[in-house]
Amino acid sequence: MGLWRDISGTWKPMWITLRYLFRKPVTIEYPEQKRTPPPRYRAQLILTRDPEGKERCVACYLCSAACPVDCISLQAAEDADGRRYAAWFRVNFARCIFCGLCTEACPTLAIQTSIHYEICKRDPLSLVFEKEDLLVDHGGKDKFYNFYQHAGIGVCKPRGGGDGEYGPVDVKDLLP
Amino acid sequence: MMLELLISGLLILIKLVLIFGVVLGLAAYLVLAERKILGRMQMRPGPNRTGPFGLIQPLADLIKLLSKEDFMPADADKLVYLFAPGLTALVALLTFAVVPFSPPLHIFGRELPMVVCDLNVGVLYFLAFSSLAVYGVVLGGWASGSKYALIGSIRALSQLVSYELAMGLAIAPVIMAARSFSLTDIVMAQSQLPFILTQPLGFLIFVVCIFAESKRTPFDMPEAENEIVAGFHTEYSGMRFGLFFVGEYINLVILGSMTTVFFLGGWHGPLLPPIVWFAGKALFVAFVFIWVRGSQPRLRYDQLMNIGWKVLLPLGLLNLLVTGAALLWMNG
Repeated sequence: MGLWRDISGTWKPMWITLRYLFRKPVTIEYPEQKRTPPPRYRAQLILTRDPEGKERCVACYLCSAACPVDCISLQAAEDADGRRYAAWFRVNFARCIFCGLCTEACPTLAIQTSIHYEICKRDPLSLVFEKEDLLVDHGGKDKFYNFYQHAGIGVCKPRGGGDGEYGPVDVKDLLP
Repeated sequence: MMLELLISGLLILIKLVLIFGVVLGLAAYLVLAERKILGRMQMRPGPNRTGPFGLIQPLADLIKLLSKEDFMPADADKLVYLFAPGLTALVALLTFAVVPFSPPLHIFGRELPMVVCDLNVGVLYFLAFSSLAVYGVVLGGWASGSKYALIGSIRALSQLVSYELAMGLAIAPVIMAARSFSLTDIVMAQSQLPFILTQPLGFLIFVVCIFAESKRTPFDMPEAENEIVAGFHTEYSGMRFGLFFVGEYINLVILGSMTTVFFLGGWHGPLLPPIVWFAGKALFVAFVFIWVRGSQPRLRYDQLMNIGWKVLLPLGLLNLLVTGAALLWMNG
């Protein structure tokens, strides 16, 4: 019986490879044939805008602090109406490891990952993306979120006038 | 008289160049065919970037090999190290001299045998050169001054002593049945019935032995990539490695041709011209080599020695005995 087992064990793999020989290869031939990555794919970072079309980024430096490879740098600035923004915002994609920690740190959903994965360049210096390269004119994964409508810091609405907010509590009215 | 001689010489020269070119071209395209077929067996397309369907890939490989550094280890035995790859390729090419691939042609009122050299001891020539082929491997591994190369060449030698005897014994009944050592006569003797039908046991032994002879899976112990780096050609690079490589694939063509000559009836076959039958059969055997490489794991070399000495050799002797008895009974 041992001999029979050995003989059939020799033929089985031959039969399997012969069958696979006539099967279609599963290869995706990349430059000609491109696959759309899943929506939550983590590729190039983008700076999104809120529904009003204004920049979401409030230049809080949390993304820069969260970044494990220190590829994000920025400079904060402030509008006349008190709205903060990044004077310049720089991501070095030669360093970026596409971990997505910056997007988790971001309190305003400004920095997000996109599915645009073809960012290879010959010159590493051309992988340093400035703010105008990163900024897009849509809301990314959340089209409706608007930080200043919820923040209660009176930039685009008076304090306490935002959605689902109420005015400041007068702490002294509880005094006897 | 002078003209006669000139035409004869010219015809022989044309034949030589044609055979040389066809064998080398076949070897180059067998590399591509192997990569394509192995790829398809693993559900990937194989090389398909250079030219349509990757058909210029052998040329790209050649350019790559030629432009690589010709590296020699400091401990190497210089002369032998440089000489060994050439020996492998040369011996492989020379073996093809005795392969008859078509019945004699009649051109300009003369008979032109479709074989480089119709030796009356063609079988012995083939056996001798298949033993010589291992010299290139052994000397290359020995001269490299590297432990992996040395292990590879020792394995090649131990492999040779295990299969060589059984291979001779597998061919012996064929010689007895054909009553000749000439490969042309052996093919002629199969005009009615190929020897695979009358000598099935001999055929099986021969197939196992040529797998060992080709140093390919399942008997690729001399170069076993994942145990001893690349075995005997670990230290070789560039075109010297290329010569080992080409030698292996020429060997594939030759072993396919030899199987065809000894057992599959040579150029005999219905309808199609003889040369097509011969090429088809030889290439089918080469395909089987590639197919087995895609399917079977590598054996240990003690297993090869076991099967060579304890199974194939007694079976070969038994086959010899039975064939001899049958021949005596039929003639007496």
